[in-house]
Amino acid sequence: MNRHKTFNHKHFAHCESGVMSLLMSHHGLPLSEAMVFGLSGALLFAYIPFLKMGGMPLVSYRTRPKGIIKGLQKNLGIKMKMHTFSNPQKGMETLDRLLEQGKFIGAQSSVFWLPYFPPEMRFHFNAHNLIIYGKKEDQYLISDPVFETSQSCPAKDLQKARFVKGMMAPKGLLYYPSHIPEQIDYKSIIPTVIRKNAKAMLKTPVPIAGIRGIRALGKSIARLEKKDPRWAKLFLGHIVRMQEEIGTGGAGFRFIYASFLQEAGSLLNNKELQNCSEMMTAVGDQWREFALLIVTAIRRKKGAGIDFKAIQEKLNSVADAESEVYKELLRIQLS
Amino acid sequence: MKQKEVPQDNISTYANNKKAMYATDSSGHYNVVASSGWEIEEEATMQAVHELERLANEAHEEVTKGNKSPLYFHMYNCRMDLHVLAESTGLFKWRIKRHFEPSVFMKLTPALLKRYENALGLTSAELSKLPQAWPEDE
Repeated sequence: MNRHKTFNHKHFAHCESGVMSLLMSHHGLPLSEAMVFGLSGALLFAYIPFLKMGGMPLVSYRTRPKGIIKGLQKNLGIKMKMHTFSNPQKGMETLDRLLEQGKFIGAQSSVFWLPYFPPEMRFHFNAHNLIIYGKKEDQYLISDPVFETSQSCPAKDLQKARFVKGMMAPKGLLYYPSHIPEQIDYKSIIPTVIRKNAKAMLKTPVPIAGIRGIRALGKSIARLEKKDPRWAKLFLGHIVRMQEEIGTGGAGFRFIYASFLQEAGSLLNNKELQNCSEMMTAVGDQWREFALLIVTAIRRKKGAGIDFKAIQEKLNSVADAESEVYKELLRIQLS
Repeated sequence: MKQKEVPQDNISTYANNKKAMYATDSSGHYNVVASSGWEIEEEATMQAVHELERLANEAHEEVTKGNKSPLYFHMYNCRMDLHVLAESTGLFKWRIKRHFEPSVFMKLTPALLKRYENALGLTSAELSKLPQAWPEDE
């Protein structure tokens, strides 16, 4: 095997933004995770009652999987080489060949089949991202952004995790940068992506995305009163999981975005962006209060009723506060 | 969230791992802080895990009684449901449902069994019966 450039693992909040941040940094474009997240316009809210995952409606705090990779390509002019495979054998061979060329490679995988995940965290979620940076005998060396240290994974397990079938099937996806622009004009890109993201959250045409999506979720919560109490509790717990366990970095990515606004503010030397960052932090804190309210409600033993109306009201007040941030972002002079 | 508010509840679901969280320091500057978990997240995760365990236990009972084939148990034990199993095997749901019948399951061809073995990560010996120790000790 060729000698590799040294690879430095780093701990991130979120898999896809972490992978992209580390891949970019190793290719000479230092970008923090928050910048990757913000510049790809990944912040979102979506509540899609008819799309079920594990029997539960889809609740997402970010754009769809691969949205960060695609958004970053589009907004920064980066080009990524992406391979998917129908044949697992070929997928593993290509991986080995790329590793021999000394490349660090992003890959999509399932969470459930990765042996280094703690058992309680292993669910059938197929859009996890990690970096493969080497191979030692039968073990692949893996930099999984959501782990503190680098990991290793036997070839047969990695193959299984890369080639599961079903919703968001990874199809062995491998990716690495093939072109990185020498200069990136942050002064014009940042205002554009911030405005676009704010508009998407405020002025969505569909009632299940953006601020309207948050309110739609609130309505569904109020309607739980008439549903089977056990299902109601599971649904509420599911929302918290999507926000805190899957929507990483705390409060469904709101803190990462606040961190992005702060970094953008100092890059553009813009005090008002700093102010928006603080507003977004406050919104994140409210999201966490919402999670706390839910878990204390479902914690109670049988008999004690859940005040669904109160949960809906809390969620609506989060939606109000969040929409203020986007209005402010659209109001202020960014460039 | 302020750095000192970042939860350090040492939650069981992280199994001694830490998660990166974004929080502000005393001057309001954002940093990444390693968190050992928030008990609120732990409760939400454990609720989901318990629900999966409940389904697996119920399925175990059904198979023991002879109402269902071992496949039915293995599906839940692998944290799947009919929908996920159908997607992972590429089989229609109605076909899989038929295979939950012990008598139908007995007569499945090796090729069909192989598809289940691959999807569930089991050997053919494991797929054809219930695990000896149940509930599993972890």
